[in-house]
Amino acid sequence: MNFLHTDIQKLHEKLVNKEITAVDLVKETLANIEQTDATYDAFLTTMTDKALAEAAAIDEAGIDPDNVLSGIPYGIKDNLITKDVTTTAASKILEGFKPIYDATVVSRLREQGAVGVGKLNMDEFAMGSTTETSYYKQTKNAWDQTKVPGGSSGGSAVSVAAGQVPFALGTDTGGSIRQPAAFNGIVGMKPTYGRVSRFGVIAFASSLDQVGVFTRNVKDNASVLGAMAGMDVNDQTSSDQPVPDFTAHLDGDIKGFRIAVPAEYFAEGVDNQIKETVRAGIDKLRELGATVDEVSLPHTKYGVAAYYILASAEASSNLQRFDGIRYGFRPENVKTLEDLYVQTRTQGFGDEVKRRIMLGTYSLSAGSYDAFFKKAAQVRTLMNDDFQKVFAEYDLIVAPTTPNVAYDFGANQDDPEVTYMNDVLTIPVNMAGLPGMSVPAGFVDGLPVGMQLIANRYQEETIYRAAYAYEQATRLFEKVPGGKD
Amino acid sequence: MANEQITREEVEHVANLAKLALTDSEADMFTDHLGKIFDVVTTLAEVDTENVKPTYSVTEMHTVLRDDVANNAHQSQELLHNAPEHQDTLIKVPAILDGGAKD
Repeated sequence: MNFLHTDIQKLHEKLVNKEITAVDLVKETLANIEQTDATYDAFLTTMTDKALAEAAAIDEAGIDPDNVLSGIPYGIKDNLITKDVTTTAASKILEGFKPIYDATVVSRLREQGAVGVGKLNMDEFAMGSTTETSYYKQTKNAWDQTKVPGGSSGGSAVSVAAGQVPFALGTDTGGSIRQPAAFNGIVGMKPTYGRVSRFGVIAFASSLDQVGVFTRNVKDNASVLGAMAGMDVNDQTSSDQPVPDFTAHLDGDIKGFRIAVPAEYFAEGVDNQIKETVRAGIDKLRELGATVDEVSLPHTKYGVAAYYILASAEASSNLQRFDGIRYGFRPENVKTLEDLYVQTRTQGFGDEVKRRIMLGTYSLSAGSYDAFFKKAAQVRTLMNDDFQKVFAEYDLIVAPTTPNVAYDFGANQDDPEVTYMNDVLTIPVNMAGLPGMSVPAGFVDGLPVGMQLIANRYQEETIYRAAYAYEQATRLFEKVPGGKD
Repeated sequence: MANEQITREEVEHVANLAKLALTDSEADMFTDHLGKIFDVVTTLAEVDTENVKPTYSVTEMHTVLRDDVANNAHQSQELLHNAPEHQDTLIKVPAILDGGAKD
């Protein structure tokens, strides 16, 4: 069974009406993954026994008619740890690692009856924008298998876009949910920093990482986020802000919404056809009753530079723990403890991870700290201030998600800075801890284009309302990748 | 900072700090890549940050307390299953010194 023409709401009705059991739904999901994943390479691991046991328990207890996630299968990015299920963050250094507890997002979704069916491919430690830095496999774009799926949550985006699962979890540190969602024509939400617990997320850059959701449509997305958001005693950065029902006001009415369009997000370097597609999307929002003004976020162009310093610095510190002692890969024939550290890391990390560890280590080292790390953190303040000025007068910022559509594998291989520049439109949201979504806005050359909606902190509801109105007006979710239906 | 460039020696020094060993060709490659990345990051020098406070976190940063009660204890055996080598309740690692046989 694939999920190209259905959604969580419809599956829930089928389960409640006993047209299908939770166990059969899991079995059919896994059978379809088995059949289609040779094409997409989205999954690293499937969780057959665990998923079937959980589904059987749900069938026995009965589907909860008031809980839309009861018995719904889903996919999990491989940097979210899962008890007794191999979790690698797509790195050789975590080969065979089986965590002894679940990430909070996973345990909360299980409490709601959602059934994890597998772990999804990604860029190693979420460092990359194409999923090509995975040690294990190369995930293919759902629309054209000669194109990258985006990243770092490439497996998550493709699994949903290709109809393998009705929803998937990803993480977003600099665009890793929104960009692959855009590249695969689905809805990808990165919530406010602090909205969702990071407990059990394999850390990349702790001040920027946030867990979020991929779905085919907006309402499903709102349902899943609501189920996993909220304060967690195990994550001191999780917020005690109340979690509203994100699905409550999805009525298509956005009259009076004040939308800001930042000029810098339509600058040189953004593909003209993408600009036209997103401008048409903004016109649609205006037709639906929103007011639209152009604004300026003047420090946008420094976002990439500041981000790569801060994120790499945090990563170099977070990745110190991988030393070959307690878990994961340990090389053969090492003589001393020092040798063990060096050989584990040298053989266990891929080039992109090494590059960022070195950039981060350099940025934090004596003599570079002020000019790099501190300077980047000051620029981050200026970027926050830019956003706060806009949100004093506007409800929502609307812009393209990416400067271009999905591109060929191997592009920019020798020029990492070119790949980094592709994140220019998604990074600022992470720097300011804002919620941001990519919603399908159309196609260029047969490949999907994403429109990005950004709101102030803890205003996910505003994004969901606008995205829902837009989605219902355009019904772009009806168009699905061909060939594999 | 504007004209700063990273040298091969600096790359080797940083790799050493990060406990990474580089072959000659890797040292060349990373020097080239990091140099290109530096061309991007050094553009920050253009930004006037005089009297701007740095932002290291965007949360409210208040201290969260809980009762001082141990939880998730007694998992040492489970934890050991992930260690590449262990004996009883201890993780095995190579000697810190190479049997005094260095050099």
